[in-house]
Formats: sequence, C-alpha cells, structure tokens
Amino acid sequence: MLKYDLVVIGGGPAGMAAALKAKECGVKKILILERAETLGGILEQCIHAGFGLHYFGEELTGPEYAHRFIEQVQQTDIDVKVDTMVLEIRTGNVVVATNNIDGMLEISATAIILAMGCRERPRGALDIPGSRASGIMTAGTAQKYVNLDGYMPGKKIVILGSGDIGLIMARRMTLEGAKVEMVCELMPFSGGLQRNITQCLDDLGIPLKLSCTVIQTHGIERLEGVTIANVDENRRPIPGTEQYVECDTLLLSVGLIPENELTRMAGIIIDPVTNGAIVDENRQTSRPGIFACGNVLQVHDLVDYVTAESQIAGEGAAAYIANRPRGRNHYVSVSGKDGVRYVVPQNINENPDGDVKLYFRVADVFRNTKIIVESDGKVLYSKKKPKLAPGEMEYVIIKADDIRALEKKQLTVRLEVPTK
Amino acid sequence: MTRDMICVSCPIGCALHVELDDAGKVVSVSGNTCKRGEKYAIDECTNPVRMLTSTIRVNGGVLPVVPVKTSVPIPKGKMFECMKAINNEVADAPIKLGDVLIANVCDTGADIIATNEV
Amino acid sequence: MQYDVVVIGAGVCGAMITRELSKLDLKVLLLEKCNDVAMGTSKANSAIVHAGFDAEPGTLKAKLNVQGASLMAYYCNKLHVPYKNIGSLVVAYSWDDMKTLDELFERGFANGVPNMDIISQERLRDMEPYISEEAVGALWAPTAGIVSPYELTIAAVENAVLNGARVKRNSGVFAIEQKDGMFILSTASGVVKAKYVINCAGVFADQIAKMIGDDSFRIIPRKGEYYLLDKNEKKMVNHVLFHCPSKMGKGILITPTVHGNVLMGPTAIDLDFDSKLDVDTTIDGLNTVKNDVRTVIPALSTRNCITSFAGLRAHIADGNSDFLIAPSKANDHFINVAGIESPGLTAAPAIARYVMSIFGEVAPQYQRKEHYDTTRPEPIHVNELSNEERKALVEKDKRYGRIICRCEGITEGEIIDAIKAPCGARDVDGVKRRTRAGMGRCQGGFCGSKVVEILARELGEDMNEVTKFGNDSVILYERTK
Repeated sequence: MLKYDLVVIGGGPAGMAAALKAKECGVKKILILERAETLGGILEQCIHAGFGLHYFGEELTGPEYAHRFIEQVQQTDIDVKVDTMVLEIRTGNVVVATNNIDGMLEISATAIILAMGCRERPRGALDIPGSRASGIMTAGTAQKYVNLDGYMPGKKIVILGSGDIGLIMARRMTLEGAKVEMVCELMPFSGGLQRNITQCLDDLGIPLKLSCTVIQTHGIERLEGVTIANVDENRRPIPGTEQYVECDTLLLSVGLIPENELTRMAGIIIDPVTNGAIVDENRQTSRPGIFACGNVLQVHDLVDYVTAESQIAGEGAAAYIANRPRGRNHYVSVSGKDGVRYVVPQNINENPDGDVKLYFRVADVFRNTKIIVESDGKVLYSKKKPKLAPGEMEYVIIKADDIRALEKKQLTVRLEVPTK
Repeated sequence: MTRDMICVSCPIGCALHVELDDAGKVVSVSGNTCKRGEKYAIDECTNPVRMLTSTIRVNGGVLPVVPVKTSVPIPKGKMFECMKAINNEVADAPIKLGDVLIANVCDTGADIIATNEV
Repeated sequence: MQYDVVVIGAGVCGAMITRELSKLDLKVLLLEKCNDVAMGTSKANSAIVHAGFDAEPGTLKAKLNVQGASLMAYYCNKLHVPYKNIGSLVVAYSWDDMKTLDELFERGFANGVPNMDIISQERLRDMEPYISEEAVGALWAPTAGIVSPYELTIAAVENAVLNGARVKRNSGVFAIEQKDGMFILSTASGVVKAKYVINCAGVFADQIAKMIGDDSFRIIPRKGEYYLLDKNEKKMVNHVLFHCPSKMGKGILITPTVHGNVLMGPTAIDLDFDSKLDVDTTIDGLNTVKNDVRTVIPALSTRNCITSFAGLRAHIADGNSDFLIAPSKANDHFINVAGIESPGLTAAPAIARYVMSIFGEVAPQYQRKEHYDTTRPEPIHVNELSNEERKALVEKDKRYGRIICRCEGITEGEIIDAIKAPCGARDVDGVKRRTRAGMGRCQGGFCGSKVVEILARELGEDMNEVTKFGNDSVILYERTK
C-alpha cells in the first residue's frame, strides 16, 4: 500500500489549487489522482476567454488558466497519476484506484481532498419525448468534439438551456460554420452571464427564446427536427404555441450536477440543495480528514472562485495533517431562507481562525434587495444590492469576532425584497 | 439615431440608452450607474472589439487541433474573416503555449497564438 | 451463397433458434436488417420472466410460457446472461381485485405454474415496504424473474457463431422467390439461397410471409413506453409488481432490472400497420406511466429517471391472440414464428425447442453435429471482480485498468472485448448493450466520445463514420479544419 499525507482526487482547477496550497502550507507527500489523460480538467476544452479576471487580473482562456497551475504543480514534488480512476474511499482514508500502469492501487492517506467536479444533466433527466435519433448530446460533449477532437457534431443546431456552456457553444458552433437556429430557455430569464448573451448570441444574431422548451424530438436515425413550445409560469407547455424547427443537432445545457458518487459511497453527508457535501469553513466534510472543494462541492460560475475555495480546502487539509485539526463538533450552523437557496459552508467552527466568507445563490432575479445575515434576530450584516440573479454566486464576509460572540449557534442568510 | 444595449461590465447589467449623431458619434449615454457603463457604450458604438478563440489544425501532434486566440481583441466585424485565415492554417507539432501561429491576422494588428501545448 | 436454413430476424427468438440450429450438421444463416442483433422488440421490453398465469390454458402461449420460465435460469446460467429469480406479485386494491387474483391463481394452476400463493396485506407489506396503502393483497408467483433480453439475444448469437452459424447484419430481406425447392432471398446485402426459412421478423413477420404468398396473418405494432430510473431508487421495489388486471386493462408494471435500476411501463397503444419503425416516446404515454406508478408505489419518483424509451410488440390482428408458430400453408419449408408478444421473451427458450421439433418433422434429414458448444466465453465484467482478481487481470492486460464509463465502471478492455466478440458491437449502442458503457446516470455524457474513439480505432474507421445504431445515425459530421 502506498502512503501519502494528502491524496487529492481530481486534477482540474480545484484539485491543483488545493494541492498547491497544501504544499505551500508544508504538507510533504501529496498525490493528485486524475481520471483524464492530462491535468487541467474541463478547462482543457473551454478554449474561450473569460477566465482569471478575478484571480490573475487578466483575461485568459481555459487551457491558459489551467496551464499556469499545471506548471506550478510540475515545479513541486507533488506526485500526479493521470488516467487513473478512484473506485472507492475505504474507512481509515484508504483510496482505491485503478489505471493501466499500476493496475490496482491502494493508497493510505492522512487527509483526502475531493475535487471531482461536476457533470451535465443528460437528456433522460429532462424527459423530452420523441425519438432515439443520434444528434442529441450535452453542450459539453459537443464542446469536447469540436475543441479537442476537431469534429463538428452537427450543422443545424438548436440549443436547449441558456447556461453558460450552451451560450459559449452557440458561438463556437457558429464560428466553425454551423447554423445555430436558436437557444431555448425554460425559465423567464437566462442562467448565463449577460456578457455571454451579448457576445455569444446577440453578436451573431442568434435568438434567445425565454419561457420556451423542446417538447418533442423527431427523426428515426439522425435528428431531423424538434418541436418547441412556450411554457406558462408553472413551466408547462402552452397548447397552440408548438412550432417545428428543422435541425440535425440538439445541444443540452440544462444544469450541472456535482459528481458525488464517491462521496456518497464514503458515507459523507450531502446537502440536498447543493448536491455536494456539507462542509465547515475549512471545507472539511462530515468525515474527519476528508475535504471537498470546487464544483463537486457546489457548482460555481467562475473558475476564480473555484481556485479560492480550493485554497481554503488545501489549507484546512494541511492543518489537519499537521495535527492541528481546527475544532470540530462545536459548530455554528448556517442556512439560507427568503430567496436564498443555499449557503456554503453549512457549518462554521464557533471559534474560527479568521473571518469567514459565506457563498450563496438566490432562487430568482431580485433587484434593489437587501442581503441580511442574522442570528437569533440580531443582524450581523446587511447590504443592499442593485441586482441578484440565480446565475451569479454571491458572498458575504462575516467577522471572526462576530461569530465568536454569537449566543445562539446559528446563522441565517436571507433577502429582504423591497415592497412594491 | 439611438441604440439600446445591456452593459456587460459587471453583473448588474444596466440597460443603456445611447444617442448618436449622424456621423455615428456618441452624443449621450443614459441608464448606466457607473463610469464603466459609459465607456462600454461608447466602445460598443464606435469600435466594438472581441477576443476571438478557435482551433488550428495540427500535423503530427497527439491531438488533431490546438486551441488559439487573438493576442488582443479584434474588431467585431472582422471575426469571420479571421476565422477563414485560421481555418486555412496548419501548424506542425510540437507547439508551445504562446507560439505565434499567424502574425497580424487579416491586418488587425493581432496575432493568432496557441493557448495550449500540442 | 447457399444455405440449408436462413433465419430472418435476430431478435431473441431468431437468436435462440439459430443457436439450436447451429448444433445440427447444416449451414445456417441469420439475417438481420439492422446494424446489430436485438434491435427490435428484444431491446425494448419489460425484461421480465413471467410465471405463466396470464395466458389462457391450452394455448401455445400458456404452454411455452411455463416451459420457458423453468428453462430460463438454466439457459442464462449456461450463456452467462444476467438473470434473477425474484418472483412476481399481482397487487390487488379491492376485494373485487382479490376475486380476480383467485381467477389468476386457477388459470396459473391449470397452466402448471408452480408454488403460487395468494398472500395477505401484511406479508405484501413485508415484501414490498413502499407499496401503496391501498393494496390489500397479492398473487405471489415465485418462479417469475428478471433477465437482460438483449444480452440473452447477443449471447445466443455468439454461441451460434462459435458453432459455425453465419450472421449478416444490415441485410433486410425485400423479396423471396421460390424456385426448384429453394428460396432465393434478395437482401440489402445481396442474394442468398436456402432450403428452409424460419421467419422471426417480429413486427415485420407478416410482410416477410407475404413474400412467399402467405397473407394468413397481419401484425399490428403495439407500442409500449417505459421509464428507467437511477440505481438509487433500487430499494423502492424488490419484485416484479403487476397491477391486478381490471376493466381498465393490465396496467403497467414496476420491476427492478438485473443491473439494479428500476423499470416501469409499458403502455399499450396500437399503431397503424405502416408505423413499424415508430419508437418515439410521447407526452401522453410517459404521463400514463407516471400516473400509474403513483397508484402502486406512491413514493417512487420519475425525477430520478435516467432515460425513457418505447418498444413495439408484434400483436396479431384479427382476434387471434396466440403465438403463431407453424409451417406456412403456402410452403411448409417456411416456418412462421410470429405474433411473439408478451410472454415472448420468457417463452423464447421454449419457442426455440418447439421450432426445432417442427423443423425435425419437415426436415428430418439433419443430424446433430459430432461437436458443438452450448455456451460462449464468459464476458469479463471488471466491476464484478474482487480487487485481487482485478489486480491479476490488469497485470495480464492493462486495458482492464482504464475506466472509460465512470458511472458503470466499464473499462477499455471490456469495450474492446465487446467489439472483438463473435458478432461484436459495431456502433455506440451496441457497445452500450454489451458492456453497459453509457447506460449509467450521465447517459454517455463523458464516455460517449471515448467510445466513439475506441470504435473508430478498433474498426479502422474515421470517428465521423461511427454511428449510434447504424445507417444514418452518425454522431459526427466533417472535421472542423
């Protein structure tokens, strides 16, 4: 059995940032396990620009952002095993993995960081009736085909879902010569960044149809078309609004799901809203010595935030390994209400080492709305924001002293919407 | 002449209203809540630029294509012309990140540079 | 090419019959119009083994069902096909329903179904903790079970090929000429001659029969729609659960699958005679399934659905509801195996034996070969191995250490095995049916492109020649550059 101080599962932006931070904090033996053939994770296929504005203060493409971390990892003595799939995390923090060089691997670790990322919601979960024709795939799969394999997955495209990957692919496919007929969005607003709507759709004259969905796919072998329809406020198709759109490809960009199969198998408690582990401010999960960060913990919209979160996990894991576990079991519990869908971390040590950033997402588009953090009726933080949207992750900083002074070990983040 | 647009400088997304004279010069910008909004409106109306990213075919590499970008943003109207130049180019492996694969693409002053290794 | 026997249609019956024929000293060819075997009814059905209380006593359906149910365990074990003898429950919701259960019991008894029992509400709840509160009792049939229908078909074909049978795919039959005691079949891949023909063409069996002047029956495609749920719903159902048949029809069933998912369906909608390719799912059909499920297991949610699909059953029109398995009146060297709707999958092993007895009468000249196999090599399923076995395997062949499908844990080695097998996979869906790669909760989102890459490499094709299931179902178009 191999022995490491820290095993990081996933070599994308989250895993690399966590490992590098742990190294910087003095952890000696670190191993990154990555299932793809290279480090970098999903960034390798995200060849568009827009990464790094917060973290590096300049605009990079996905591979460039990844490259900066890959280079740093290569300059350290962090071990990396690519093309390696983790099968199981056993009790006592033993990681079982397989690859085609070592065969089966058993690695004993003092601490583990989960950084497996997320996957796209597939067609089946959407329940779109129709044929089994080819030409229906997630936007991310299409992105891999176009950007890494160098093939066009279609010529006449309809995109369902206006998440950022869908918007980015609308532009990519158009630049590569395809005709993108439209982007349909079930909700009355887009979940993507405005910048992407402007530069990926408006620039190229691609219509964005809000409150609209695909209700049927057509074509026996290759997709030949889809039927779209407008939906009412309960997201049900409105009879009479059906329209047939000829296309050979339907790309789906309808949400991301954290990949927590390993986490669940390991018996770690999962937050039903984020679909990620419940963590404390060091990103430690319910299993001592196991930490989580990046999209496996909560789906982020900016890789810069992933990096920041992963550094917290790396530092937390380093402290745990140095046998300075930051106090557990004496937690302040954190929750969201009144328009706040979830808050990460869900727990904070009652005597934290420093100020704590609470990340959260809202359930709808809100304007001129106050964010309030309170405990037992006492307001700790309050700030008015001109706009809040489900597609943009927000955060507030709570002072360590304020947390220490709490009488009731409970914090709530909520919104106060202006009365009309 | 007037133009309406949504500012993308920050997540607030102010609805901007721009007045232009006959020569296409910006007379006034309204709807913005900060200075960046005004600059965005003027840039979009006078000289809109975009970063262009794509891939270039590679000979003899592990992957068949290498991702590329323009070294600086190019005029929005030149995107498809630059795509043609990118599509006609073939590069030989090995390619390093930052390698210039096309210099001064379509006279835009921007180079096409590799954004990954192949 | 000249053959002794041509079997038309590589569904479960055609496959099992070809396997039996491959034991005889003759030349047999299995013709299939699609790019793979098991592409019709055999890939989209309830995947269950019926105990045999549904069919009218005295019918072929009744006889072959009960025989098939008792043969299935042996055949699946022999051919290394997943099968589980979990038993079935017909659930009653009223005292009227309980009376119907008595009738079913009597019918089953007459058909020879062993060990049935009508069980109490309490015992039912014990066996199915999530069953509706309204349920008052059930008919328990312990000989029922679940099976993987396409894997059974594939296994039977592989066994037949190893015994010397030939399989031609993409070879739909469009005309049959009868000359000098021979059948001359025009197919999409050329002309073949045969002394005997066995018509296992499923929903198209009537059209094939017509080619020799036999228009004694017509097949209606009866559509059934299904939902397949994620493995995390596994705990919700332990047995094959049927509705008690009522005026409203048989209703849908809910069952675990051999791979640990939950399957629910089917609906039953008769389509036009010319809609034999229509396997579209519909809003109405899927809603019917959804609503029906709630009455059986209210807590079961389609939110955890990973896919939905539809299949067609070959239903004989004009009243006759029994299997039609007999030499054609137009030419007794042409044997019809038609109208094989439920319980056709269960009956398939018995159907094959029954067809062989008919064939033995019309063609008594063929003897058994000196040597033949009754199995195929056991496919390697890496995730069913212990860590030690896995270690040893990867040491022998590294490709079993490279996971391609994350959700189901399928390795590159297994995918290559599926492609290299006798009558191996030629498309993405073929790989999926043989290995389960792409059948998990991400539905090929991650592994799809890798499977395309492996297929292209192993078949010597370009990636944009690889299809989902043959013909025009290409996945990629031209290169970007």
